[in-house]
Amino acid sequence: MGKTLFDKIWDSHVVRSVEGGPDVLYIDRHLIHEVTSPVAFLNLERRGLQVFRPGQTVATPDHNVPTEGQDLPIGEELSRHQVEMLSRNCEKHGIPLYGLNHPWHGIVHVIGPELGITQPGMTIVCGDSHTSTHGAFGAVAFGIGTSEVEMVLASQCILQPKPRRMRITIDGRLGPGVTAKDIALYIISKISTSGGTGHFIEYAGSAIRALTMEGRMTLCNLSIESGARGGMIAPDETTFAYIRGREFAPQGDAWEKALAYWKTLKSDEDAVFDSEYRFRAEDIEPMITYGTNPGMGITVSGHVPLLEEVAVAERDNFLKSLEYMGFRPGEPVAGKKVDYVFVGSCTNGRIEDLRAFAALVKGKVKASGVTVWIVPGSKQVEKAAREEGLAQMLETAGFVLRQPGCSACLAMNDDKIPEGKYAVSTSNRNFEGRQGPGARTLLASPLTAAAAAIMGVITDPRILMEGS
Amino acid sequence: MAYEKFTTLISTGVPLKSENVDTDQIIPARFLKAVERKGFGDNLFRDWRYDREGLPKAEFVLNDARYSGKILVAGKNFGSGSSREHAAWALYDYGFRVVVSSFFADIFRNNALNNGLLPVVVPPLFLGKIFAAIGHDAATLFRVDLPQQLFTIVGSGESVPFEINMYKKECLMKGLDDIDYLLSMKGEIREFEKRGQ
Repeated sequence: MGKTLFDKIWDSHVVRSVEGGPDVLYIDRHLIHEVTSPVAFLNLERRGLQVFRPGQTVATPDHNVPTEGQDLPIGEELSRHQVEMLSRNCEKHGIPLYGLNHPWHGIVHVIGPELGITQPGMTIVCGDSHTSTHGAFGAVAFGIGTSEVEMVLASQCILQPKPRRMRITIDGRLGPGVTAKDIALYIISKISTSGGTGHFIEYAGSAIRALTMEGRMTLCNLSIESGARGGMIAPDETTFAYIRGREFAPQGDAWEKALAYWKTLKSDEDAVFDSEYRFRAEDIEPMITYGTNPGMGITVSGHVPLLEEVAVAERDNFLKSLEYMGFRPGEPVAGKKVDYVFVGSCTNGRIEDLRAFAALVKGKVKASGVTVWIVPGSKQVEKAAREEGLAQMLETAGFVLRQPGCSACLAMNDDKIPEGKYAVSTSNRNFEGRQGPGARTLLASPLTAAAAAIMGVITDPRILMEGS
Repeated sequence: MAYEKFTTLISTGVPLKSENVDTDQIIPARFLKAVERKGFGDNLFRDWRYDREGLPKAEFVLNDARYSGKILVAGKNFGSGSSREHAAWALYDYGFRVVVSSFFADIFRNNALNNGLLPVVVPPLFLGKIFAAIGHDAATLFRVDLPQQLFTIVGSGESVPFEINMYKKECLMKGLDDIDYLLSMKGEIREFEKRGQ
């Protein structure tokens, strides 16, 4: 019987299978940030241990950092302390760090791929659930807890039960105005936020193959929101072209050798998955969430489900969600007033996302009464946005480009949505209080975010695209 | 991280019926700024437990004097979302040693097991029985027997087996963590690295 891509990579990284227990999995790349690493370093030091493979570790502060005035010391004391601890720990253990103001600084899941650190066939972990992003390159990448961060620092290995395999195939062509974000929200609305639990997803099909690397990263990023450990896409020419020439990509003979290996990375024809789903690209429209988990998604032009459309067992949670969001069953979301728009995060903070946003707002003006935060995923994204003239174009339309970081996605810094306010966000979670205590989040694509920023109300982006 | 050894626990349960309780609810991100592991229990379920002025919300179960104990009984898909281990730390620090649900998110389950907090998966119908038993009498005792892998409603004697892998079971019973195990095989890891080159 053939093997899946996931099995091929996982199995080749098993150092030992523990009897009646998990596998000891070797980790090729370990990404760390300021929030989930300090306790791991502290425990390491208490045990008198060194970092086993500092050269396979990369650090950047992203969760806590301000998105304005990054040349100044961080004002908030606890955040500053965490960022300083990361610098100190990296220095002590010889770990490469791309700190604030470094030209390679940014959100950990944005800089890994853009520096060529993320490569096909690798195992990659980080103390952050959106590590699934790196699966876009045909890597086995997943989020871990701080105890596991400590394991990897100490041994470059992790004890992990092997997930089951799921394949989600999407064939066909996406319509105009439909993006990778919409594919992800569509899938999660179909399989729920626990549909992928215990599994590692491989995304396949012609609609997936047609996605750019940025789009693939968005899709794999959101795998965790279906409960899956991770998501991946077999590498192809799109992948290789993206990696080629990046800072840490293999060069010369090493490139040829790597390429030959990467080309073998795909599921065998007769590989068997534990579960399979198939969707048609043509059925997917611009999506938005109305509730307090990413599975509560509808089309932008659709309506909040009626109570009778919700399974009986789910109704209590459904009504609790709507109460938090201030929505009624059955009402349309289009036309609802928007207070904030957030464009950024490891989900949609890449250059392509800023390009999509800018293309839609070009020649138009920001709606008054809407506060818009556009936060590039990295310094390199910020630089590209300036060089391409996007920053200028955005400014003309009434927007400002901020500095990179996780920002309002989880509101650990000052970028908090106030209580009761509605925010259309390109990020990944609409949980209660995620973007600030009492904040009401509607997840959507950069295009839908742009339409909301221009119109001041939730708007199907295709309406604005028709005239252009 | 050192934690108490776990063998058998007999305790009342605290019922949290909500489903899909994500780790942002268990511990909101703004409380993740500590560089040491202490005091997270104070902020467990912070925004459900306290209002904006920091006063306890009477309707939330942790503020309801009828309920106490070391077992949290939760609706399905508990611990979804962020990988923050602080969620497991907060539950443990507050005093919970077991979380019972019909379904756990993967990362949370691993994090709990790495911190002496036992996630017990029971069938949905049995979870309903547990909620009903607490609803009927908040003083209902439950027995969590790790060696036998058995969860029992003490009064009625109804019990259900639960799964846990042998390795993790032994770790919990002995209070061991994975680092000790991994450090013991450094030689094998080095050999693996050589083979890969």
